[in-house]
Amino acid sequence: MANKAKQSAKAAGIEMNKTHVKPGHVVAYIVLILISVVWLLPFVGIVLQSFRSFTLEYGGMVDYLLPKTFSLDSYTWLFSGESQFLKWYSNTVIIAFFVAIGQTCMVLMVSYALSRMRFKGRTLWMRICLVLGMFPGFLTMICLYFLLKQFGLTQAGAIPGLILVGVASSGMGYYVCKGFFDTIPKSLDEAARIDGASRARIFFTMIIPLSKPMIIYTALTAFMAPWNDYIFASYIAFGYSDSYNVAVALYRWVNTNDYQGYFTRFCAGGVLIAIPVTILFLCLQKYYVEGVTGGAVKG
Amino acid sequence: MKKVAAFFQAIGANIKDIGVTFKEGGWKTKVSFVIFGFGPLLRKYYLRGIAFLALEILYIWYMVAFGTSYLAKFGTLGTVETHMDPTTFVTVYGDNSFLILLWGLMSVLFTVLLIALWRMNISENRREELAAKAGKEVPTIRQDLHQLIDSKFNYTLLSLPTLGIFLFMILPIIFMICVAFTNYDFSHQAPSKLFTWVGLSNFANLFSFGGDGFGATFAKVLGWTIVWAFFATFLNYFLGVAVAILINMKGIKFKKLWRTILVMTIAIPQFISLLYVSKLFAADGLVNSYLLKWGVISQALPFWTNPTWAKVTIIILNCWVGIPYQMLISTGILMNIPEDLYESAKIDGANAFQMFRKITLPYMLFVTGPYLLTSFTGNLNNFNIIYLLSGGGPTTMSMSGGAGTTDLLITWLYKMTVNDTNYCMAAVIGIMVFVVTAVISLAVYGMLPSVRDEEGFQ
Repeated sequence: MANKAKQSAKAAGIEMNKTHVKPGHVVAYIVLILISVVWLLPFVGIVLQSFRSFTLEYGGMVDYLLPKTFSLDSYTWLFSGESQFLKWYSNTVIIAFFVAIGQTCMVLMVSYALSRMRFKGRTLWMRICLVLGMFPGFLTMICLYFLLKQFGLTQAGAIPGLILVGVASSGMGYYVCKGFFDTIPKSLDEAARIDGASRARIFFTMIIPLSKPMIIYTALTAFMAPWNDYIFASYIAFGYSDSYNVAVALYRWVNTNDYQGYFTRFCAGGVLIAIPVTILFLCLQKYYVEGVTGGAVKG
Repeated sequence: MKKVAAFFQAIGANIKDIGVTFKEGGWKTKVSFVIFGFGPLLRKYYLRGIAFLALEILYIWYMVAFGTSYLAKFGTLGTVETHMDPTTFVTVYGDNSFLILLWGLMSVLFTVLLIALWRMNISENRREELAAKAGKEVPTIRQDLHQLIDSKFNYTLLSLPTLGIFLFMILPIIFMICVAFTNYDFSHQAPSKLFTWVGLSNFANLFSFGGDGFGATFAKVLGWTIVWAFFATFLNYFLGVAVAILINMKGIKFKKLWRTILVMTIAIPQFISLLYVSKLFAADGLVNSYLLKWGVISQALPFWTNPTWAKVTIIILNCWVGIPYQMLISTGILMNIPEDLYESAKIDGANAFQMFRKITLPYMLFVTGPYLLTSFTGNLNNFNIIYLLSGGGPTTMSMSGGAGTTDLLITWLYKMTVNDTNYCMAAVIGIMVFVVTAVISLAVYGMLPSVRDEEGFQ
């Protein structure tokens, strides 16, 4: 009864909105539109400036937003033999792809063991991870660089090196996924074990299919990270431009001395990187939101 | 104190158990004390026996091939510098302090692991003997393997991640902690130069004020790091919640559109958007040029060149990055607040603000307490925002170690590693970051309402 009353009240509310808009809503809409403008402005700026003509106008920074002549100069330059943009782009895609797969496997393995099984050293293992997590991530950079160098995984071999760095210690990021596994009822496992299923069978045939949203979330965050990875990528690929990822390469375009002429090219490169990543992200947005909120609440 | 006592008790119990195993054990067990897995192999526990023996042989091979030679020089980190023989003009390769430290450390860690393995090997022998006495059957290799995917599946699952964490986190971190006690810097670069242990002098340098000491700079950078983390966390938090409430308001249309617009900021790689925004606010950037054109200002605003301006600009621009994320998190939680709480408040005559202050905010803080803590410690180490926006600048002559006025400890660490190759001081700063993070986490964690009172809102 009470529910029904609430529903009808809701319906009445919607009805009311149609007839006259409350003054509070006008303010809310104005604020929302302002927010949208502020948040979209940089993206609009990047897109507009990427179309500025390099030959007729100027490739550097100028004091106006709208280009006087629209052209694809910057884009054609990116795809011409003059720039290594395609190489950097494929480097990043390769790293992101393999890191996403590796990291997801690692996280799933650790989460299952910690969530479902009770064994000696379990809390110790988690505590060590907690303490290790308090060290700044790239304190390890110097040591890892020389360690990888011993095996030829820097400079020319930086791509496999970066994949290794991205995957190796990723088991530490199990918190969100373990929290999700904890919510799957244990009685499911127990029932299956009574039927004679082994732990591995339960893991592969029950838990994994049930955790599709979590797998997508983990893979998505792992896939996004290498696009932003400047620290390790710049250090491990140091001075060997064939192994740069897009973040390192484009940072150099903007912040080295000749950025004046490279600004529109940076914008064009940024657009080409942002489009596929954004589309992928927006398609999987639902899973991302689930993971983020779940992780925040469980801590 | 209790924990310490328990620890020593555990050690005592272990030693006693080892003694009992040796005394009561047969000759197979006694030989196993030296040759790992000897007993299991003879008792037909082939798989375990081979595993123990293989690991012992691997250890001996490592120690003979590299370990001991590096371990012997571990105390001095090498004495012979690479130099040119004055008579023959041939380069004589000397010691490499870096490798001595790395492989020496590896040897120490492997030895610790070997002791653990030895202990496991002894208890395995003990268990097998007891099983034999009780007349239990020896499991076949097949059964042993099946355990690894069933009751001992955790070993299978955790072995690879643990190995990765050991090699890529624990080893490098211990290595860097060691480096903090050496003079590994620009003028002591391996392999051509040697570096050596210097005790606590790097730490003394960090806390020495005046002269060339890092003290004054460290205090400034630490202060700004904490101020930054505070504003970045709480400003984002409250504004994010506000935006979420705004979008969630009854009667607001296109909720999904507003959310998607904000979420795009998360989707687009930060280095693109932040680098662009950083140039937007540069002296010759669009913001300044339009303000100049419209005659609002007569001189470019010093967004990145004045320390105070730079700090404020960073904090405000960070909202642009942080609000969408916070909005996403809050939206889910806001929807979970029981509706009847609001209804009874309305009946009691509470207005919107009172309801926010008495219901929404406490509920949010309760649920997101742990998240706030992790986000605070995350902001202490928020490299991307600072490095991509201001690069740590503007720099001043009054700060040592290449630090700029907006540098966080973490970006300072990065600069010291990459620009100055002052590895020993970078390691010291890294340890300081750990200390700050750990102290704040431990102090705040106990105060969180959701930790103190788990049932608070149920």
